[in-house]
Amino acid sequence: MAGKAVHISGDNFKTEVLESQTPALVDFWAPWCGPCKSISPVLDELALEYEDRVKLVKVNVDDNPGVAAQYGVRAIPTLIFFKGGQQVDQITGAVSKAALENALQKIL
Amino acid sequence: MESRQLIIVGGGPAGLTAGLYASRARLDVLLLESVAVGGQLTRTYRIDNWPGEIEGIGGFDLAERMRLHSRNTGLNIAFATLQAIRMEGKDKILVTDQGEFKALSLIIATGATNALLGVKGEKEYLGRGVSYCATCDAPFYRDMRVAVIGGGETAAEEAIYLTRFAREVKLVHRREQLRASKILQEELDKHKVERILSTVAVEITGQDQVTGLELLDLKTNKQSRLNLDGVFIFVGNIPQTGFAAPGLAKNPDGFIITDQELRTGMAGVFAAGDCRQSPLKQVTTAVGEGALAAFMAQKYLSEVEEK
Repeated sequence: MAGKAVHISGDNFKTEVLESQTPALVDFWAPWCGPCKSISPVLDELALEYEDRVKLVKVNVDDNPGVAAQYGVRAIPTLIFFKGGQQVDQITGAVSKAALENALQKIL
Repeated sequence: MESRQLIIVGGGPAGLTAGLYASRARLDVLLLESVAVGGQLTRTYRIDNWPGEIEGIGGFDLAERMRLHSRNTGLNIAFATLQAIRMEGKDKILVTDQGEFKALSLIIATGATNALLGVKGEKEYLGRGVSYCATCDAPFYRDMRVAVIGGGETAAEEAIYLTRFAREVKLVHRREQLRASKILQEELDKHKVERILSTVAVEITGQDQVTGLELLDLKTNKQSRLNLDGVFIFVGNIPQTGFAAPGLAKNPDGFIITDQELRTGMAGVFAAGDCRQSPLKQVTTAVGEGALAAFMAQKYLSEVEEK
């Protein structure tokens, strides 16, 4: 993921996530959500460590209510793991770096 | 193995304050955080009893200011989850999911997290109608019907916050009266939050998403059903003290027992904040304990390092 998160805007969810060559970790967040902001340093660290193997994608649920609704997101942070266009895992709420790494290892 | 004079475990208000004091004292200190710096504060919409902040201050904003303050004095923060502590002479070895760390002194400030209600449907519908954070999730319930379960300060505060979004907020509490402070009970009236008292939730029901809550009236022993879209649970806190640490005394609920100067049962190991057995758990008490723990750790270090 070249160490940098891709921000979804408008309709690039399909190209960035569903058609991504690498697995994608999608972070559903919002600016008013404290835990969402406080877990982003961990996500940034993972983005660096898993560079080129996993793509980190951030979906602001305020700006993209359609995508959030499509995946039934009613709590944030919610992290959804995609591989080959399929939803393969989901974590609701803030969790430790090790828990995220375990989930990543499973899909790599 | 990374070795320090002092390691602080937990990056909430207690840990960050201990870190601030320790780094100002120029101790060789590291703070380990498991999930998110700021702790429970990041999930709190607003703090109205932080002295000096007359208009109140946002929980995340206060946490972020504390983080920056300690960072600017030189505090290093790393992500790791504590699994066990063992003593090797005067050294304390911390076993974490990111490897082992060594320190002469420790401050445990691992905080607390929300207790589970323990009913059917709670785990199944997590994130699909069940929430433990109104600040995070209330906006998903615009014009919907929700219930808040609990009767303490947090339950009342979160119910009031939810009225900004949901069209109907009910508060379900197992006792005859709420424990929340009078000022909050007045606010509940003002915001037309209906109380359902002497009643417990027995099951959260739904189809893909939450659609209802099964209730049991403890006085009449009658069951009833509430049709709704969301259930917010605030039934108390449990300490995050699940790591193994022989010699660390805990009370039956898992809170760490210390003396007045925050010493635990292990020499050179101090505890501060919500993980500690104490009669009041506030941001204000957590920061006070953090400062005292750093002071006591410094004192301990000067004693053991002299020898």
